[in-house]
Amino acid sequence: MSVVTVQLGQCGNQVGRELFDVMCSDAQDAGRKTHSTAGWERFFRHTTQGDLEARAVLIDMEPKVINHSMSRAAKSGRWRYGETSHFSQKQGSGNNWASGYCVHGPRHRDAVEELVRREVEHCDMLAGFIPMMSVAGGTGSGVGTFVTQCLRDIYPSAFVLNHLTWPYGTGEVIVQNYNSVLTLAHLYQLSDAILVHENDTVHRICSQLLKIKQISFSDINRVIAHQLGGVLQPALTPDSCGAYSRNPLGELVGALACHPEYKLLSVSTIPQMASSSIAFSTFSWPALLKHLRQMLISNTKMEEGIDWQVRPPPASAGRTRTLTAGSFNTSLANLLILRGKDVYSAETGGFGDSAIYTSWLPPDEAFSLWKSPVPFNKYEKSATLVSNSQALLRPLDDMVRKAWNMFASRAYIHQYVKFGISEEDFLDSFTSLEQVISSYTQLQC
Amino acid sequence: MSILGTNFNSYDLAEPTVCVAGAMTQSVVVQVGQCGNQVGCRFWDLALREHAHVNKRGLYDEALSSFFRNVDSRKSNSGACCVGGRIQRLKARAVLIDMEEGVVNGILQGPLREVFDSAQLLTDVSGSGNNWAVAHLTYGSAYRESIVNTLRKTAEHCDCLQCFFLIHSMGGGTGSGLGTRVLSLLEEEFPDVCRIVTAMYPSAEDDVITSPYNSVLAMRELTEHADCVLPVENQSLVDIVNKISLMSHGAKPGCVLKKDCTVTSGHGSLSPTEKPFDAMNNIVANLLLNMTSSARFEGSLNMDLNEIAMNLVPFPRLHYLVPSLTPLYTLADVNIPTRRLDQMFSDAFSKDHQLIRADPKHSLYLACALMVRGNVQVSDLRRNIERLRPSLPFVSWNQEGWKTGLCSVPPVGHSHSLLALANNTCVKPTFMELRERFTKLYRKKAHLHHYLHVDGMEQSIFSEALSSLDALIDEYHQLDATKARLTPDAPRLSIAR
Repeated sequence: MSVVTVQLGQCGNQVGRELFDVMCSDAQDAGRKTHSTAGWERFFRHTTQGDLEARAVLIDMEPKVINHSMSRAAKSGRWRYGETSHFSQKQGSGNNWASGYCVHGPRHRDAVEELVRREVEHCDMLAGFIPMMSVAGGTGSGVGTFVTQCLRDIYPSAFVLNHLTWPYGTGEVIVQNYNSVLTLAHLYQLSDAILVHENDTVHRICSQLLKIKQISFSDINRVIAHQLGGVLQPALTPDSCGAYSRNPLGELVGALACHPEYKLLSVSTIPQMASSSIAFSTFSWPALLKHLRQMLISNTKMEEGIDWQVRPPPASAGRTRTLTAGSFNTSLANLLILRGKDVYSAETGGFGDSAIYTSWLPPDEAFSLWKSPVPFNKYEKSATLVSNSQALLRPLDDMVRKAWNMFASRAYIHQYVKFGISEEDFLDSFTSLEQVISSYTQLQC
Repeated sequence: MSILGTNFNSYDLAEPTVCVAGAMTQSVVVQVGQCGNQVGCRFWDLALREHAHVNKRGLYDEALSSFFRNVDSRKSNSGACCVGGRIQRLKARAVLIDMEEGVVNGILQGPLREVFDSAQLLTDVSGSGNNWAVAHLTYGSAYRESIVNTLRKTAEHCDCLQCFFLIHSMGGGTGSGLGTRVLSLLEEEFPDVCRIVTAMYPSAEDDVITSPYNSVLAMRELTEHADCVLPVENQSLVDIVNKISLMSHGAKPGCVLKKDCTVTSGHGSLSPTEKPFDAMNNIVANLLLNMTSSARFEGSLNMDLNEIAMNLVPFPRLHYLVPSLTPLYTLADVNIPTRRLDQMFSDAFSKDHQLIRADPKHSLYLACALMVRGNVQVSDLRRNIERLRPSLPFVSWNQEGWKTGLCSVPPVGHSHSLLALANNTCVKPTFMELRERFTKLYRKKAHLHHYLHVDGMEQSIFSEALSSLDALIDEYHQLDATKARLTPDAPRLSIAR
């Protein structure tokens, strides 16, 4: 089964290209036929000339980034984008969600749907869609939300997994919190699950783990692509009977998004280091998994600076945890993906511990494990954890708080009203996100 | 008319694509009055130089197409050429308006004559006599048709017109009067196209006696009809030019001003000799160059022109953005130690680098944009924002009010540059000072009759302009008053469990 990726806006188009790059080179380097074939089937198709073409649709409201991504891909010599699978306009959405959602999206609906339909027709079987976008700007967030809505309408039974890049907390775009609130509130009704990367977190990984001095957006996007690749490359799942799973999105959603109130997924990967150091490092599964489990429960996204004091509250506390257990990150569901050497000997019991989960879901349903013996992206062993937990509660709450403060003074509202988003619409979005925040807060009770 | 050509010159696309015209947006510069035309011409001169520096292949590329047409005189139907072809003859996307002939005639005899067509020019012979009313009402009505026609014709040459850049002074007659008349015509004719005004404010020692009248009358128009206004004060430009020449004369040993830098010299550009105001006008031209760089060239974090108002204007009337440019005098070597790069960011917030006399650090920021050019990465931006943030007061509901853009092409002669646009209450003193000078004249009704003679001019226009300015100042006052207060978070919506 195949996945159609929809890259939206500057961020979506940059991250998407890095993702295809990682997946293509990983499939080629791995040198294992079944693995490569499974990986290619998911994300690439062979043209009549035998070239690899990404199963992707590129959408932006201005042409520069798409042109750049397409020529970079073509220059890689390994894969490229379809010559006609892109759509761009001349004038961007101007950081305005309303302009993207109310104007650009509807105006170009037919063209975009046609591109998607052509890409879907190339798939023997459609596993689902991954719309990739940022939430800060106008095109990714606004047009992205609109396109997600179209996908939902036209392909009601396909899985839709949105990948979102959250902006730096200290501003890239001044109205980013408004745009984020509007995007998230709408996607929560549309998407099966929402996978989130925060620029702040990834930036720290670049500086502290990868030791990059002058961090560029390419560095950040490569880390995101690496983590996403760790999730999306073929793996053996409990349901796949010894063969590589053919329904990656369905199984991911099934494993993690079991309740419509809880759709926010975060990702962490171990190990991550400068590529020059990989050759000189050895890894053992127990150490990697011990770190990864502590990263999960203490809500640290890096193996550096883990708080080892955080422990699951004792069962005797009778599930009446309150603010005192605040630093403990309660999970609803976790998906652990192990790749590399000796993967079958890895002991993952620590992730099935009922103490790290909410009380109303049994741990054997809350925890899923995928494995692949093929090393991923040059790491002899690597583990990726996708978690539906309270990990995103804090940044989400910050986002809503800042947007709400701005909304209280009605700053910038006129820019949205101009394109047809009213104060009422804002209030609706705030209300639905407060509901999400409240639900995640209650996970630990 | 479809012509085969490559879609985007700076990249090697796998396949040539069919294009009718460029894939990028275009902007039109409207320069009004003596000052507006002088600044405008410095802009065109420097823009040509910048593109000549970047564009080595002599092709008419996307970057050029945003401000220039490429015209082949051998072809019929105005002979416009497709993006990707060779440069034939570049024509500025500009409209030049003046009510006297001197400056525009000078341009037509100068080295820039090639880039303007007579169809782009509108002049009269008698001037506005430093009278806003003559220019705004008399000339405004007489030339209305031809102004609109010229604007339309220029706009028709654009396939995706994004922005009008209007340049005029506030103190003189034609600039302030006709300039603001053009502004409202633009709003009527092109309501969806962004209007960014660069307005030159007079110094207190302005030799035009009626400049306070003209400025206040023009201010009301700017407040009501512009999307953004970039105020620039003559005195600040004088101060900056003095500072630069002080450095270039070796005030500090070891500091040698780079002769080729865009601020001080017309060297390498088209004009052979330096005119007295050129250095000052160059600063303003650089402001426009840097503001449009991200719309013209590529970068890892694009900043479109329509994002400026979206991010920096929280309330429709408060759209005055204080510009600052750094480094004004770079000792440009290509490999810059980090310290100097950080200095560029610090300078952008210092009093000395603002293009109006104002102190943003000791006023209140509503929002701030940093538009960076050259070899600067996102980590440099983050580091400097984190470093400077504690010393900069931001309004309570916009504590993270930063908008950032990274354009990879640096200005000629520099390795990097920064344009900061601050929506900051520090514009208030400038406006109050202006009001004071206005009131001084107005109380005695000095020179009022010159204005009231003009057909259609009434005293109510004066009083309305004054109350518009009062209201504006008051809005800034109210925001300033929140500065001292500690504003708690707004109580959140509560969800019934």
